[in-house]
Amino acid sequence: MRYGYYPGCSLTGTARPYEVSTKAIAGPLGLTFEEVEDWNCCGATEYMSLNKTAAYALVARNLALAAGEDKPKDLVAPCSLCYLNLRKTNHYMAKYKSLGKMTNQALAAGGLHYTPGSLNVRHLIDVIVNDVGYEALGARVTRPLTGLRVAPYYGCLLVRPDLNGGSFDDTEYPTHLDRLMETLGAEVVDFPLKTHCCGGHMTQISAETAYELIRRLLHNAAEYRADLLVTLCPMCQFNLDAYQTQVNRHLGTDFHLPILYFTQMIGLAMGMEPKALAIGQEIVSAASVLRKIGTAVEVEEAPQTRRKRDDKSLPMPRIREG
Amino acid sequence: MTEKVGVYICHCGTNIAGPVDVEEVARWAKENLDGVVLARDYRFMCSSLGQELIQEDIKNEGLTRVVVAACSPHLHEKTFRTACSKIGLNPYLTQMASIREQVSWVTEDRAAATHKAKMMVAGAVRRVQLQEELQPTEVPVNPNTLVVGGGIAGIQAALELADAGHKVFMVEREPSIGGHMAQFDKTFPTLDCAACILTPKMSDVGLHENIELLSYAEVDSLSGFVGNFDVRVRKKARYIDEDACTGCGICIEKCPKKVVDEVFEAGLGYRKAVYRPFPQAIPKFPVIDRDTCIYFERGTCKACEKFCPTEAIDFEQTDTYLDLNVGNVIMATGYDLFDCGKIPQYGYGRLANVFTSLEFERLCNAAGPTEGHILLRDGVTEPKSVGIIHCVGSRDKQHHAYCSAVCCMSALKFGHLVMEKTGAEVYSFYIDMRPLHKNYEEFYDRLLQEGMHFIRGRVAEVTDAARLPGEDGKLIIQAEDTLIGKQRRIPVDMVILLGALQPRFDAKETGLKFGVSAGLDGWFTERHPKLDPVATMTDGVFIAGTCQGPKDIPDSVAQGAAAAARVQGMISKGTVLIEPIVATIEEARCSGCRICNTLCPFNAIEYLEDKAVSYINPALCKGCGTCVAACPAQAISGAHFTNDQIFAEMEGLLYDVIGSNGATVKSPQPALEPA
Amino acid sequence: MSRSLGNKDDAFLNEVIEATPGGEALVTCLQCGTCGGSCPSGPDMDHTPRQLFQMINAGMRQEVLQSNAPWYCVTCYYCMTRCPKQIPITDLMYTLKRMAVRAKLYDDSDAPDWSSSFIGFVESYGRSFEFGLATRYHLTHSPLRKVGVGPMGLEMIVKDRMPLRPERIKGIDQLRTILDTAKSLEGV
Repeated sequence: MRYGYYPGCSLTGTARPYEVSTKAIAGPLGLTFEEVEDWNCCGATEYMSLNKTAAYALVARNLALAAGEDKPKDLVAPCSLCYLNLRKTNHYMAKYKSLGKMTNQALAAGGLHYTPGSLNVRHLIDVIVNDVGYEALGARVTRPLTGLRVAPYYGCLLVRPDLNGGSFDDTEYPTHLDRLMETLGAEVVDFPLKTHCCGGHMTQISAETAYELIRRLLHNAAEYRADLLVTLCPMCQFNLDAYQTQVNRHLGTDFHLPILYFTQMIGLAMGMEPKALAIGQEIVSAASVLRKIGTAVEVEEAPQTRRKRDDKSLPMPRIREG
Repeated sequence: MTEKVGVYICHCGTNIAGPVDVEEVARWAKENLDGVVLARDYRFMCSSLGQELIQEDIKNEGLTRVVVAACSPHLHEKTFRTACSKIGLNPYLTQMASIREQVSWVTEDRAAATHKAKMMVAGAVRRVQLQEELQPTEVPVNPNTLVVGGGIAGIQAALELADAGHKVFMVEREPSIGGHMAQFDKTFPTLDCAACILTPKMSDVGLHENIELLSYAEVDSLSGFVGNFDVRVRKKARYIDEDACTGCGICIEKCPKKVVDEVFEAGLGYRKAVYRPFPQAIPKFPVIDRDTCIYFERGTCKACEKFCPTEAIDFEQTDTYLDLNVGNVIMATGYDLFDCGKIPQYGYGRLANVFTSLEFERLCNAAGPTEGHILLRDGVTEPKSVGIIHCVGSRDKQHHAYCSAVCCMSALKFGHLVMEKTGAEVYSFYIDMRPLHKNYEEFYDRLLQEGMHFIRGRVAEVTDAARLPGEDGKLIIQAEDTLIGKQRRIPVDMVILLGALQPRFDAKETGLKFGVSAGLDGWFTERHPKLDPVATMTDGVFIAGTCQGPKDIPDSVAQGAAAAARVQGMISKGTVLIEPIVATIEEARCSGCRICNTLCPFNAIEYLEDKAVSYINPALCKGCGTCVAACPAQAISGAHFTNDQIFAEMEGLLYDVIGSNGATVKSPQPALEPA
Repeated sequence: MSRSLGNKDDAFLNEVIEATPGGEALVTCLQCGTCGGSCPSGPDMDHTPRQLFQMINAGMRQEVLQSNAPWYCVTCYYCMTRCPKQIPITDLMYTLKRMAVRAKLYDDSDAPDWSSSFIGFVESYGRSFEFGLATRYHLTHSPLRKVGVGPMGLEMIVKDRMPLRPERIKGIDQLRTILDTAKSLEGV
């Protein structure tokens, strides 16, 4: 399966482990990623703060370069922020006609053009859970991650904004990453703040605000006895990982929670060596945690199906599907 | 014979006279249009004086046709037709030209507006001279009435008709009547016990000699027309012989299969596979739920049969069908509650102590799963603090844009009950407080005095992730207190979600069955939102209660009574007039192709096998004209909309192209020569 | 949906609406407070998003553009996703940032400077350059308070996650042409 691939600036630097692990698992999973030729920065949140049309044009250049008769129709971004910017530009250029027109006028000055909607912008996890599928993935697991309590952390921009129902997962209570980790054999820790904000670039602008947001997430995951958090966004990984010591120092906490990418977890479960997945480059070391893989798991009591005679509790609501 | 046409141009104050030179139009009509013997302009034609003007002219000048150029026929066609018929001129010899809605309200340039008005008058004048006298048909009204839905609105309607001496068939989908009101604990603002005020009416329905209660039944199909409907009702099998059953309840006691009661107990309590929804159920007969009964599942058990003292259990029972004839139908099918799981950030279904309003009613209700004690999901602990969240699914473009009308009052009611029964702190999170009706504002004041806390802010999320001291083990409601301008987190033990009222899940299909349309929201459409809230566009079918839109109990009762009064009126009159604007098929020209049969939106056309031609039932026909246009043999003509009349009107509209030459006014001709 | 643009008080409101895709929805704001209630950095803002919208309605241009709220926005999109009137709140925050900088009204320079530094690198190389950005920005904005950043940066370099040289794209001129055209089309 062929996909256009937009790595984004962080995959070459702060999120190098994400790039390495993605490339490592792509082959075995049958995914071919064709990097967009000469792609430019998506602008993150900064470009849009001081520019409007130029910000959309900045992103649209990538869309224009990625689109073409002989090119794959799906453009995959592993970084949630790049994913959002590409997806939003794609959507807004179609929805807001004058914006679309102006952006194309700007592109034309550079000899480019993009017809909004001609590409499907997708996040890497979307491709893995929907195109490869849980079953196929499960079949490739040779070293199940039993013994690991994993807190799947989605962050914001994978699932929000909804953009007219185009969201990959539920905007408030997503479950795809949970299910993915389960497929890999890990014990999934469903912590309530799994899609709350990591603070984004606030670490640079108002560190106090950001530290508190980071602290909340780590605290909640730790409360639920997670061994590590798994992410799918370079910004989230950076904030939770690189700033963990800062948070400990400034807020008097004592967190030691490694933060790994979901692609690294997939690689581990498929039997790959940690080094091949760039594990070891994280600031909060994952070594101790990885030793837990394959260790004995406490067998939990099977849930009671019959109500005890003196059980006065009221039944929980039946949640309807769809 | 040439007709004598009187033309009247209305000023409508300045509505028409502003943009249109009405005097000029009148002058022009008199001078240029064939057949016009007089033309007047007048300030308000619809006034008594205006109508008298027409009547005087008919009397004194011998007018044989009348054209009124004024507002839309929707408003005053009836007025002018009646005025003419009172003085002896057949009402169908009048025609209105809508020079307000179609000219003065939409044309800015005065010259253009005046010109267009003239053309429209020309069209009306040409047309009216080809119009014919028509007489409405009188059909008898069957005095029986069908009431669909046994909630409070349906019950009210049924009792009023039955007390007036008329027969009522009440069809109710559930095993018992009572509707949602039967689930409530207390009602606002009086804090009357819901069951105490409802059950006497339910008993009346059950005992009334004029009401035939068909419970655990649904309407399968409806056909016919006002005064004369044929209804097929499907009575679902109870598997209990109603003639033998004494209602003793031993079967329920002995039944070993316990399941969650999703309907009456709102998923909070249990019932058996054979059950009565609640103790005061009317009728008293239980029902065996086929989907959960062990016998139907595996062929074993039959405990109920073993213990029944009167041999009333009958597993061989099948659904039965009844065919009824009624004159009118009152639909009172009620509402469903919004699925709060659609707003995941409120935690419903995930966080144990988040409840919906209906679930909370069951908690409070003495006959409910906790015998009236307000307890947390563990069934043991009393809450010390409760948060009540307004507008869950209402006033929300992502779910329902409308306001559900009753939730603010429910919040006050719940607050009172919580404080009374548990002494807990109560916090209400609202966007606006809407205590709109009699004694409602006073009830709000009462709750303020009782110490309920009100925070103006739509809740952002309900979470169990503690952050600040005092939050551990609690549900934290996070919202912006907009009147202070700060984000606040309020830890509580229990959260009540005031979910939206929404149309029944099958409202659309039900509506189709009865010929009642639903709006974009899904609520049934009334004939006029201000002036006719219980009638629908289908004569003889009325709506009452929440199926028309969210409302409280007093309004539901009022609508039930209003619908009953309308039906009563028709029954007393004994007959109903069917408008004569219908289509007829000329048998000689009909080839029996039957294209018209399937096109008719009112199912008014049937095929007569013996004659091999189609026939239009004039009572069902609404004169829409679809078949007239579709017939390949031009065998169908629509009364009051014949081809000649339509072409004449068009010629009038094209006056400045055709002029008065080349297109002369035709006197009424016989039908076109056969091809 | 047509709105009359005659009212003088509405000038600021109209400007904000026109500068934001989908901004017309702003006039339907119920002042319900879901945005302010959801915002992770809400407690640190001098005005909640909801308050800003009412202030925009009241034509309080100065106070709104001087507010720190848009700069504290973490673009988590909770507000926009949950708003019952589907107002594009996050996009409005972006608009206010742009307007504040152009009007030179926002006092605290940190956040705008961070953005403009970032943009500087993107427009020079076509890609962002973390190391350069962090060094330049932190050294010129209260460096003494940023003591922790140094060691953290060093760690990142040691772990091979911080390239020390920027990468320039081949089509940098093409990109610049596109961006300049876009800016001039907008009249900025």
